[in-house]
Amino acid sequence: MGAILSLCAVAALALIAFIGVSAGHLQYLFGVIIPYAALLIFITGFMYRVLKWGSSPVPFCIPTTCGQEKSLPWIKQNKIDNPSTTFGVVVRMALEVLLFRSLFRNLKTQMSEGAKLVYGEAKWLWLAGLAFHWSFLIILVRHLRFFIQQVPLPVRMIEGLDSFMQIGAPLFYMSDAVILLAVTYLFLRRVFIPQVRYISLPADYFPLFLILGIAGTGVLMRYVFKVNVVGVKEVAMGVVSLNPDPKLLEGIGVIFYIHLFLICCLFAYFPLSKLMHMGGVFLSPTRNMVNNSRMKRRVNPWNYPVHIHTYEEYENDFREKMKTAGIPVEKE
Amino acid sequence: MHVDVRELLSGKKSVILEKWFNKVLEAYPAESSGFLKNKKKQFSNPLGYTISQALEGLLDALLEEELDFVRIAPLLDSVIRIRAVQDLAPSQALAFLFHLKKIIREEIGSDETQTLREREAIESKIDAMALISFDVYMKCREKIYELKSDELRNMTYRLLQKANLVREVRGE
Amino acid sequence: MAKFTAKPDELSKIDFKPPKKGWMDTPVEIKEHMFCHAAKPKELDVVGFPNAHEWRPNDEDWKLPENWEKTLLEGMRDLLGKYRSFRLFMDICVRCGACADKCHFFIGTGDPKNMPVLRAELLRSVYRGNFTLAGKILRKIAGARDLTANVLKEWWYYFYQCTECRRCSVFCPYGIDQAEITMMGRELTNLIGLNIGWIAGPVAACYMKGNHLGLEPHTITSSIEFFVDDIETITGIRVNPTFNRKGAEILFVTPSGDLFANPGTYTAMGYLMLFHELGLDYTWSTYASEGGNFGFFTTNEMAKRLNAKIYAEAKRLGVKWILGGECGHMWRVIHQYMDTWNGPADFLEEPVSPITGTKFENTTSAKMVHIAEFTADLIKHGKLKLEPSRNDHLKVTFHDSCNTARGMGLLEEPRYIIRNVCNHFQEMPEDTIREKTFCCGSGTGLNASENMELRLRGGLARANAVKHVHEHYGVNLLANVCAIDRATLTTSMDYWVPGVTVAGVHELVGNALVMKGEKERTQDLRLEPFPGKEGNE
Repeated sequence: MGAILSLCAVAALALIAFIGVSAGHLQYLFGVIIPYAALLIFITGFMYRVLKWGSSPVPFCIPTTCGQEKSLPWIKQNKIDNPSTTFGVVVRMALEVLLFRSLFRNLKTQMSEGAKLVYGEAKWLWLAGLAFHWSFLIILVRHLRFFIQQVPLPVRMIEGLDSFMQIGAPLFYMSDAVILLAVTYLFLRRVFIPQVRYISLPADYFPLFLILGIAGTGVLMRYVFKVNVVGVKEVAMGVVSLNPDPKLLEGIGVIFYIHLFLICCLFAYFPLSKLMHMGGVFLSPTRNMVNNSRMKRRVNPWNYPVHIHTYEEYENDFREKMKTAGIPVEKE
Repeated sequence: MHVDVRELLSGKKSVILEKWFNKVLEAYPAESSGFLKNKKKQFSNPLGYTISQALEGLLDALLEEELDFVRIAPLLDSVIRIRAVQDLAPSQALAFLFHLKKIIREEIGSDETQTLREREAIESKIDAMALISFDVYMKCREKIYELKSDELRNMTYRLLQKANLVREVRGE
Repeated sequence: MAKFTAKPDELSKIDFKPPKKGWMDTPVEIKEHMFCHAAKPKELDVVGFPNAHEWRPNDEDWKLPENWEKTLLEGMRDLLGKYRSFRLFMDICVRCGACADKCHFFIGTGDPKNMPVLRAELLRSVYRGNFTLAGKILRKIAGARDLTANVLKEWWYYFYQCTECRRCSVFCPYGIDQAEITMMGRELTNLIGLNIGWIAGPVAACYMKGNHLGLEPHTITSSIEFFVDDIETITGIRVNPTFNRKGAEILFVTPSGDLFANPGTYTAMGYLMLFHELGLDYTWSTYASEGGNFGFFTTNEMAKRLNAKIYAEAKRLGVKWILGGECGHMWRVIHQYMDTWNGPADFLEEPVSPITGTKFENTTSAKMVHIAEFTADLIKHGKLKLEPSRNDHLKVTFHDSCNTARGMGLLEEPRYIIRNVCNHFQEMPEDTIREKTFCCGSGTGLNASENMELRLRGGLARANAVKHVHEHYGVNLLANVCAIDRATLTTSMDYWVPGVTVAGVHELVGNALVMKGEKERTQDLRLEPFPGKEGNE
């Protein structure tokens, strides 16, 4: 149900852009106004969400420890999985963010049970997740060429690496294939693994279809319906320099507008959704904290005094019994 | 023509086993069955692993000439011990043995008169297993009640001792 | 198993595949033997919990206080503002399912709502419906729902089917910790008087009398007298513990279960023997006679109130530092919460072992040392005379407690001790120990007897790994450093792996320890003859 709903939503969005541009000739709306609006929503929304998280304090030091603590000097500490220094935390977070270490742990767990068939899914989840996020990043970096007059060397290097197989003209980018495959896999596992299907919401399918739509239109634009790339770059430069030229918008194929509109939807949807895990992962207290709570006192900003049953009250309750039992008391 | 039912069954063992295992796991929610049906994860899915191992052992035992009670008792125990704590009525907990009869009939056909007698022999072995299962099931359930009282006693052992409520053999 | 006879339609249910309904459309079914009895109002009143009332979980009407929805939503808003973990974990889950099969309750019950992700969604759905823009507009499409009496029942049922073991958090790519979410869920249920007796009783007792069992001071001393007698029988040496003694160097705090519950009592005897042999200048306290903290399973405030006694007593007695016994959640609390709640402990000194001179550098602020750290240091420095062959009849494996493993990282110390006091040690499979350890199935105050079936199901994963080493390596003793484990794993082993006994690490230490001037030992701490010494007595 959720999947179909999400698919329809994405199809409808694509259709809106198609009709808007081809029948309504709303190039300026789809090429300039909506991108500005989407970017604005993305930036303010993202900041709002992060600040909102930041506005709640972290009262206690609650890292999930996944290895030996710092203890006696002769006991080997696991300095990454149970960090007692900021450096350890940085390494732990880097491994988490760049290599999805916890998902990998999942895979390792199943591998060690011996049977080869078993760890299939865990492996693919880790691999597809990693492939998806990295190819997304590479594609994003590649797109910088549209926004910068002199394409910087790192961007050109990434392009070179991405197309090193030198197939076809225009050169085929591996990341295009990887992202399509990875997203397809992430979708299929939601549909075919019963317990994952059970937990999936429309909000889980929607971004997958949206990204599939974006990557799909991008691939079509590059390899099939070749759009005027130079024109696109001129438009993009105009938008970036806050000086868009309406005349340039006319000569570009409608597929570009569909691609762009879906991207705008993704950007605008981002801060409203689970996609915020991109920012959230850095704030996760179980991962980004130093396990030093017995070494350095953590202060809870909302700590407040509480009622306790004092020793005095306790002794008053039991003084005679304590004396009989030979337990020292404060007041005879 | 004489058809050896046991041979026939041996040939179809893996099919029967698969059907039987799936049947047993139908008692669990469909959303979880994908996970539970995994037979290889010995430690992360003890339920699926234990049941699949035991069913295979039981089927093997069934194909022997004589039913080896010493061998099947622990196998039955391992399945029933799990099912005895899983919110199943006794009838449901033990139904898995009776499913096997139906599966065997489906697999070897029920109309050939030659196979009838042998099939009956196998079915009566299943019945014997079922009878043992009642004992195992009751033992498990009784154990649960025993655990509750033992735990209570352990929990306050020194208090009972202090109040002279436990008689001890030691030191006397 | 609620009934002993199934109705005909229930029998046929075995062939019946449940329809593909979403989890939100599947109302909770409160099943017998899966939940604990409700708290008695007077237990809640003692500590001032609001809205105490009589109710029963399997009744239709829970007699909820007026405006309970408002109370809960306001409570939720309050918690969202207080805990970044809560707000974040409500927002960033992508439902990848990596945690799904990591929960011992899911593994043992197959109930999909026991997948950590779904247990969290029970709360998230209400969060989305009330606190997020997308949820308010798109409702069910955004995974949002209203707070109804049925939703509340579902919360209660499943938040009291989570032992806050944090295993899911190890595997989550964002570190989302179901323990945090369960803690918030339980805070909320406590706003409207929905606690369980097995938690509320010990909390009330601990508040008034200093320990979960409600032992009064003279009962504590006389119980320890029993241990002293037994130790004398075994070793011929009379140890002399002191109570509430001012000016002692060290205050010793351990879970009260070890004072009365078998087999924890043998662990307590191990402590007494060790301290005597060292000539340690220490005292017990009858006021701070509980290391454990069932308040931690109710609200943050309650946990703090119970925990406050430890520092207060250390200050009153004027000790230099505090030594803590073997316990699981006690150490989560002491390691991650105590100093923040009730510190700074500037009236104490940085802990130094009086025997070896070792400075415990990992606790310079909280100033409380784990007994396994203390004893491992003693052994490393050769300060103990040990006769591990006395434990030769034991093939030992070690169960990491959830809290010391995933909320502290105490992994090697107990293993080092065991290797020095026993000759036969065998680890369980890799995925079931250390940070990947499986819960005993009965933590967070769920170790009642009415929910025994839940506990046994939850304990299956742990027991299954023990069974493996029992069958393959002849393991017959499951060692651990947790009072709840000692009680509940005994039960779990009795059901799943008969033939495996359960013991605290310091019981093994007590058995191996050669004390100055002791008589020839023929009995272990359980007063059972050592193999080969049966005829000597």
